Amino acid sequence: MARYDAIIVGAGHNGLVAAAYLAKAGRRVLVLEQRPVIGGAAVTEEVFPGFQFSVCSYVVSLFRPHIIRELELTKHGMQLIPLECSFTPHLEGPGLVRWSDPNRTRREVSRFSRKDAEIYPEFALAMSKMSFFVKHIIDSPPPEIGSLHPNEITKLMGLFGRLRDLGPDMMELHAQLLTMSGVDFLRMWFEADALLAPMSCSGIIGTFLGVHSPGTAYVLLHHYMGEIDGAFRSWGFSKGGTGGVSQAIANAAVHHGAAIRTDARVASVVIRNNRAKGVVLENGEEIDARVVISNADPRRTFLTMVGENHFDADFVTQVKRYKYRGSSGKVNLALDRFPDFTCRPGDGVHVRGDIAVAPSLEYLERAYDDAKYGEFSKRPYLNVVVPSLVDPSVAPPGKHVMSIFVQYAPYHLKGGAETWPKRREEFGDTVVDTLAEYAPGLKESILHRQVLTPWDLEHEMGLTEGNIFQGELSLEQLLFLRPVQGWSRYRTPVRNLWLCGSGTHPGGGIMGAPGELCAKSLMNEGAV
Amino acid sequence: MFRFGYAGAFPRDGCVVANPVARFPMPIATPFHPRTSARCVSLFYKDWAGYYAVRSYDTTHDREYFAFRHACGLIDVTPLYKYDVRGEDAARFLARVMVRDIRKLKVNQVYYVCWCDDHGRIIDDGTVSRLTDNDYRVTSSEPAWHWLQRTSRGYRVSIEDVSDAIAALSLQGPTARDVLNNVTEDAVAKLGFFKLTRAKIARADVIVSRTGYTGDLGYEIWMANDDALRVYDALYAKGHPFGLQPAGLDAMDVTRVEAGFILNGVDYYSALRCMIPSRQSTPFELGLGWMVSTEHGCIGSEALAREREYGSIRKLVGLDVDWNETEALFRSHRLPPEVHPGAWRDPRPVYDARGAFIGQATSGAWSPLLKKNLALATLVREHTAPGTEVRFEVTVEYERRTVKATVTETPFFNPERKRK
Repeated sequence: MARYDAIIVGAGHNGLVAAAYLAKAGRRVLVLEQRPVIGGAAVTEEVFPGFQFSVCSYVVSLFRPHIIRELELTKHGMQLIPLECSFTPHLEGPGLVRWSDPNRTRREVSRFSRKDAEIYPEFALAMSKMSFFVKHIIDSPPPEIGSLHPNEITKLMGLFGRLRDLGPDMMELHAQLLTMSGVDFLRMWFEADALLAPMSCSGIIGTFLGVHSPGTAYVLLHHYMGEIDGAFRSWGFSKGGTGGVSQAIANAAVHHGAAIRTDARVASVVIRNNRAKGVVLENGEEIDARVVISNADPRRTFLTMVGENHFDADFVTQVKRYKYRGSSGKVNLALDRFPDFTCRPGDGVHVRGDIAVAPSLEYLERAYDDAKYGEFSKRPYLNVVVPSLVDPSVAPPGKHVMSIFVQYAPYHLKGGAETWPKRREEFGDTVVDTLAEYAPGLKESILHRQVLTPWDLEHEMGLTEGNIFQGELSLEQLLFLRPVQGWSRYRTPVRNLWLCGSGTHPGGGIMGAPGELCAKSLMNEGAV
Repeated sequence: MFRFGYAGAFPRDGCVVANPVARFPMPIATPFHPRTSARCVSLFYKDWAGYYAVRSYDTTHDREYFAFRHACGLIDVTPLYKYDVRGEDAARFLARVMVRDIRKLKVNQVYYVCWCDDHGRIIDDGTVSRLTDNDYRVTSSEPAWHWLQRTSRGYRVSIEDVSDAIAALSLQGPTARDVLNNVTEDAVAKLGFFKLTRAKIARADVIVSRTGYTGDLGYEIWMANDDALRVYDALYAKGHPFGLQPAGLDAMDVTRVEAGFILNGVDYYSALRCMIPSRQSTPFELGLGWMVSTEHGCIGSEALAREREYGSIRKLVGLDVDWNETEALFRSHRLPPEVHPGAWRDPRPVYDARGAFIGQATSGAWSPLLKKNLALATLVREHTAPGTEVRFEVTVEYERRTVKATVTETPFFNPERKRK
């Protein structure tokens, strides 16, 4: 008999969620992590002494509230602190802050458009209605289109029933959401460039598309449907960085009896008679298990760990066609003081949320232009947070950590992805220069700098082509099409090999849903 | 144009008052008012014991709440009633009044206490600190001078009401110790839980006690009114790198529910103010049985001893209101679940599984930290075992319904750092 019921390859947050659910149900679980720390891309590391960086992902919103309850994650140390506002600095004028206080937001927005200011609540209502509907979809495995199984048909009917409940207006809106560009979608409500620019950014995060590209409206919703305490569209910090989330899930998993091994890189999955039997580590150690669950992305799992020869040619083609095209990088700074933004000086409340460098739609489109032709943006879109303002435990007193998400940084750079390491510092300089235009004191306040290019995300974190969502969140790669048509239910053509990462439905973000749904599906089917 | 009065019922000299009603303004300002009012952009105040007290500095209290749990919050607690009890019989006298044996209280130590009437019915809860051998300070949530005075006959003690002479700040949260270490060179760093020490902050003499009302690491700082602003400014300036936020009562109310702390006038009523006996409570019913000593002959000790022997008819417990049922209830109206923003104090009935009334939830809050909908409830004894399922009233779309709630032990939140 195998030593373990399940081996989970990769201790990312989804792998850990799957482990915790299986262990809670009494299964013997082993999680193997190639890096010395757990968390995958939801990781906190003390890169420089005293400074705790949320190295990759930096805010939490999409994490499913029922997972927090079912795994009792607050008892195991999970603590979320909501972001208070969104600040868009401008080179001229005081910029724009969107507050959690609606009246304050109305005043801010009315400087740009009175209409936008007053229609803002209507937009929020429409998004809430849609999020309320989409919630059902992301909290259950995707429907299997074309299946004649009574369960599947009932499920689809239920879904249509819910859609019908929304009414014709909302159904139309859904069709528009799925097909339109982020900007066109937002233009149904708003007119001011200063507002459209930061709002449409949610539609491009993690994709190699521009704000005017069709399909980005859905990604926008993907970033809107996060909820904290029942309120949609709320984002938060995790206490101690995003690694705090992973650590809490790991604590829950270990509490229920799961084992976690770090520095244990899986070289391959052992396959006999088209069944996964266990894994072989890089040091040659072989561990057998009844099922192998991969938290790695589809390409890494199928082509690297298993091997093409175990699959049909058609399946392999689809796996290879699945798009990654990482488009973003990350710069993390340790600062000796909080730098002033020229347009709103001081470290007031406006900098305690997220800060988006997205002054206009033209700015964003130009940033995309550079990327289209294989260059990183000369003036990229930046999403900046300073978690130490809210959670002083991540930096020495009076000092700060600043996390900067950068788009566009195309993986396929002109001259090849392998030229990234040579251009890493140049990329870092571009990011700092861009931000310094808005916060002139920034350069002098930098104590340390960590630059992560898409190449680094691939080689250090194991994210193929540096895509933060394990594959783009574009319509052709969602729902029953994620990652491959016919294999959206966490199963794979190899028996007892399962996927639980962001490369499966419902996709990326610190969400935990793929891990949960994989573990539940697997147990429903009696695989372990 | 008018000026706020200051530490006393009368406006200070020089105050120009045109309106005769404003000659005796109520509520009055605490000594910290010049600083707190400058920062209270929401103008969101309430009356606390006749003083202006900030409910929240901003339009919502979220930031202050999270400061309490992840950095630290600074709250003006001057309105607490404070009495100095001095004299050679002070210990004996306070042991007579309090259900806890004050004779065991050591110098520089603080006791959480409550006191009762002759029938063992609670009057108020508060603290007793021993400042020197025969010098004690009592704090209470309601005026207590007269109760102390009338029970002191035959004891060689003096009782002085210092409520308006002493200003107080509460500094609560995980970074509170770091802030204090930066404003004072004294031994605050090693100060134990429920201990006090004398210290100097901004050259002012203060007393620092490791006490609070948030259930977290925290301190209360006691000072003369004249030193108030200096101390406040020092804490505020040095606290900045540690995430210090001025905080109000709304945020503290959420934390006190998480900590399972009861509040006079909300979760119970003083025996001296109850129209009907069933409104009165006993220490045992409120979960304060651990502090009751029936050996030292305090006021009400006979009744308390009887209750200890025969048990109480009611008990205050924690409730964890089931989220899945709440969500399902709202979903049946096609609504996402709604929670009250912040803590609530309007009592709600609690029923057993068959729908019979078994008691009332008197305060509660959604805990953003624990992701739970919490309440404090007084229920008949049969339904108070941890794990018991009861029905809790929820209003959805104007309709009163019930959802499941589970009886839980309090505190709901009890971090190690509180005592360490």
